[in-house]
Amino acid sequence: MATELTVLPTQNLEAFKGVKKLTVEEYFTSGHRTCQGCESALVMKLMAKAAGPRTVILGSTGCMYVANTTYYSTSWVVPWMHTQLGSSGSAAVGTAAGLKVLMRKNRIKQEPINVIAFCGDGGGADMGLSSISAALTYPEYNFLILMYDNESYANTDIQLSSMTPYGANTTFSPPGKARRILHKRWKKNVAGMLAAGHPECRYVATVDASYALEMMNRIRKALTIGGPTFIHSLDPCPKGWDYDPIQSHDLGELAVETGVWPLFEIEDGVLKFYGKSKGIAQGRKRKPVREYLLRQGRFAHFTDEDIEYFQKKIDLMWDRWLIPGAVCIEMGDDIRKQLARAEQEVAAAEA
Amino acid sequence: MSVSTKAAPVADQEMLISGCAAIAQALRLSDIDVVTAYPIRPYDTVMQAVAKLISNGELDAEYIVAASEHDQFEIVKHASAVGARVFCGSSGVGWMYAMEAIAVTPALRLPMVALVGNRALDDPGAFGCEHNDALCVRDLGWMLTWVDTAQEALDTALIAYRVAEDRRVFLPCAIGADGAFLTHSEVLVKVPNKEKVDQFLPKYDRGDKLLHPDNPITIAPQVNEDWVMEIRKQNDDAMRRARGVIQEAYRDFHKIFGRQGGNPFVESYMAEDADVILFGQGTLSLPVKVGIRKLREQGHKVGFVRLRWLRPFPTPEVQETLSRAKAVGVIDRDYSFGSPNHGAVLYNELRSALYDLPNRPHVISFICGLGGREVTLDSVTEMSEILLKVAKTGKVEQPNYWIGVRG
Repeated sequence: MATELTVLPTQNLEAFKGVKKLTVEEYFTSGHRTCQGCESALVMKLMAKAAGPRTVILGSTGCMYVANTTYYSTSWVVPWMHTQLGSSGSAAVGTAAGLKVLMRKNRIKQEPINVIAFCGDGGGADMGLSSISAALTYPEYNFLILMYDNESYANTDIQLSSMTPYGANTTFSPPGKARRILHKRWKKNVAGMLAAGHPECRYVATVDASYALEMMNRIRKALTIGGPTFIHSLDPCPKGWDYDPIQSHDLGELAVETGVWPLFEIEDGVLKFYGKSKGIAQGRKRKPVREYLLRQGRFAHFTDEDIEYFQKKIDLMWDRWLIPGAVCIEMGDDIRKQLARAEQEVAAAEA
Repeated sequence: MSVSTKAAPVADQEMLISGCAAIAQALRLSDIDVVTAYPIRPYDTVMQAVAKLISNGELDAEYIVAASEHDQFEIVKHASAVGARVFCGSSGVGWMYAMEAIAVTPALRLPMVALVGNRALDDPGAFGCEHNDALCVRDLGWMLTWVDTAQEALDTALIAYRVAEDRRVFLPCAIGADGAFLTHSEVLVKVPNKEKVDQFLPKYDRGDKLLHPDNPITIAPQVNEDWVMEIRKQNDDAMRRARGVIQEAYRDFHKIFGRQGGNPFVESYMAEDADVILFGQGTLSLPVKVGIRKLREQGHKVGFVRLRWLRPFPTPEVQETLSRAKAVGVIDRDYSFGSPNHGAVLYNELRSALYDLPNRPHVISFICGLGGREVTLDSVTEMSEILLKVAKTGKVEQPNYWIGVRG
């Protein structure tokens, strides 16, 4: 009786060795009508390019559905299907399960097919969190869930989501005469949460399309490693963040340089910071968050006090969190002492 | 999980099984590919039965235990889009929890087959049978059928795949099964052999609608006011075509299996010469037929018509079987608060279907057997007597009655 897990082979997508070594073909092309400077559209393009032609993509409701699939002018070269707002996890599981069983029963050709389901921050971190969490527990299916996080429900008119930064001006949190700040929640660390809670998930990463090559290679790694995987992308949004579209790339870099957006990957349970976040984690100075915040109209109502509060929260993350950006837990005194004792014992034994 | 598939029994077999287990046998015979389970009573015994079939090597399918009913229906929706034959189901508020996924499935033209083990929409807590759960999809493009016996459940599940997966239709189909009365009651069921089923049910072929890298289509794009009306019309056309496809399927079913030779849409019991007819769906047969036999012994011409398919609604058959009666009483195991005459769903459907007849019978609404309460022989007598009075006097004093309710 077969008891071991059967996982189908994946495509071996080796890392692109440099911008000049990229493939020419595009799988997300013309036909879309995203805003000028839309980083999420760039994420779609890079994601599809990294995955290649033998890929099925499922897209949750959101900007990247509504703006990209106008009937008769779809921008998708690879097969694409809409899924409900909170269903990226279920779409990935259903598609991967369907392909798997049909290959086993010899009804379609046996070959590794990439399955990618994407969602926005609303579809992922709010409504679809349960579905994504469930999806990441099925070790027998190969798929990637990518959350493009533009920090609001940007398609519907910039309403706040649980991923909108503290204090930001959205249509659900407008600064007014009596109350300057309506939105007082702090953004979830979704990648860390999903990595920490899903032992069968072999790969989780945060990415930023301002570092395009590194981003694409993380998508390729997620698809190659197999099983259920998750990537969280931070996407500057000219409309929602209120800035000149020409600044998208700069803002993506500033998010990392100020330490607001730590870049890390967790492969088989081992976390590594990468890009500029690696240096920051090792103690390199971060740029002040003021530089990042004040270039965005959504923070134009911030006073010095608000900026200071924001800076303190970011400092706290880097100084006190068990893993900055990923695990917002500090070790208790008992554990610290225990670890110190263990270190002493090791040192003593070595001596 | 990879399991070897044991050869199915060659000859037809008689098994003492519940309605849910009978449907599980139909799923084995249909060689379904992906099934998603989530627990809620009473439908979930079908998923328990399917799990056993898989663990015993009698069925090779992906068995996915989902995290909610919404996940359940979304997972099979997507599996169906890549060409897998899928099965899903739920009951009561579980079905409602999945409603977003359920609502979009017909427009995607995915031939999902689902079991609704009819259950009251609690609160207040009630496991028992009520039809309001499944009825919520009556306007959405789901084909909707109600079964009366475990045998009919098995047969209808096979027919459901055949009709739903017919390219002329490509619509999902929900099978309504009265909670407990049908889902859990064990009776003798004839389970056909696989060869016959293969003869009846071709493989699911999604053709040029398949989502696959070799067929890189975009499914469910943004169409808005430019196209959505044409697409809704296509759904309507498919539902209209379903009527003929259902008839074909029953004809072939009868040829191959020797069962289901009657009218696919309605079962008629002593209705031909009846002055008054009780009309309903689901597991009403037992009390109603026994009640009618007793009333006939007393010289009252009472009959019964059981609706088998609510969508597509069989208007010609319903008109034909009911037009000669003086009064028709609709037994609704559901409610539709504030609807015309404060009747329930089936009542208003039926009145609409009869409206164009030159000589319409009077139609009375009976709301009965909610929340799993039994429809008793006394209830049947009470309803029949009301109808006989209407038939005799030609007057409707009261259009709606709640039967068997206290206070």
